[in-house]
Amino acid sequence: MHDQSTRRDFIALAGSAAVFAVTLRPAEATPATLAAAIRNVVGAEPVKTGKVKLDVPPLVENGNTVPMTVSVAHPMAPEDHVVSIHVLNEKNPQPNISNFYLGPHAGRAQVSTRIRLADSQKIVAIAKLSDGSFWSASVEVVVTLAACTEDVI
Amino acid sequence: MASALINVPAKAKRGDIIEIKTLMSHIMETGYRHTASGEIVPRDIITSFTCRYNGTEIFRADLFPAIAANPFITFFTTATESGRFEFEWIGDRGFSETATASITVE
Repeated sequence: MHDQSTRRDFIALAGSAAVFAVTLRPAEATPATLAAAIRNVVGAEPVKTGKVKLDVPPLVENGNTVPMTVSVAHPMAPEDHVVSIHVLNEKNPQPNISNFYLGPHAGRAQVSTRIRLADSQKIVAIAKLSDGSFWSASVEVVVTLAACTEDVI
Repeated sequence: MASALINVPAKAKRGDIIEIKTLMSHIMETGYRHTASGEIVPRDIITSFTCRYNGTEIFRADLFPAIAANPFITFFTTATESGRFEFEWIGDRGFSETATASITVE
């Protein structure tokens, strides 16, 4: 009997702790390195959310090769186009994943590649437009087998 | 040693948006891995990829260790005239490879 009451207590406690954690979590749980890397890209300009679409599977089995597609819903006209796309991460040893430089010639602002992820984390894509504005999108990815830092046999 | 796979449509209509797929075989050693004896395996990655269309740069990428081995990059361009695409990969330890593909635009 005593056992059961402690278990119930524990579950109640765990439940309230979980609620607490969720409510306490800030909207942007961005570690300092990622924030610094974003500042490196955008400088003092504000970053707006939208336009960018970052396609990464939400659950990744092998972090060594993760297919990724970034596209920007923006016309590619000579006077108004996407200049570059920067992909950053939160928990790899380095915050940068890659920078892509496009031009009005591209026709469509879409790039695909395969990346490495060392942990479950947030990935951010930032697009720079020719008018100097920055747009971003981010996704949370869960990784079951991590990349980069494992030992060589 | 190193070899590239390039996929560019052989023919396109003027003004078509075409997809270009590229793959370069490369180990992309991150520089963050250790051997069994504890030594760090030195970094060996491709750092830069460039594509030129009849001499004009149309796409460039900076690569970091977070790019998977055998970097596979696809992007788009507008077919404007018949000619040649030149691809160039540059990396650590003097790595430098080029490849070309031609296209006929009608």
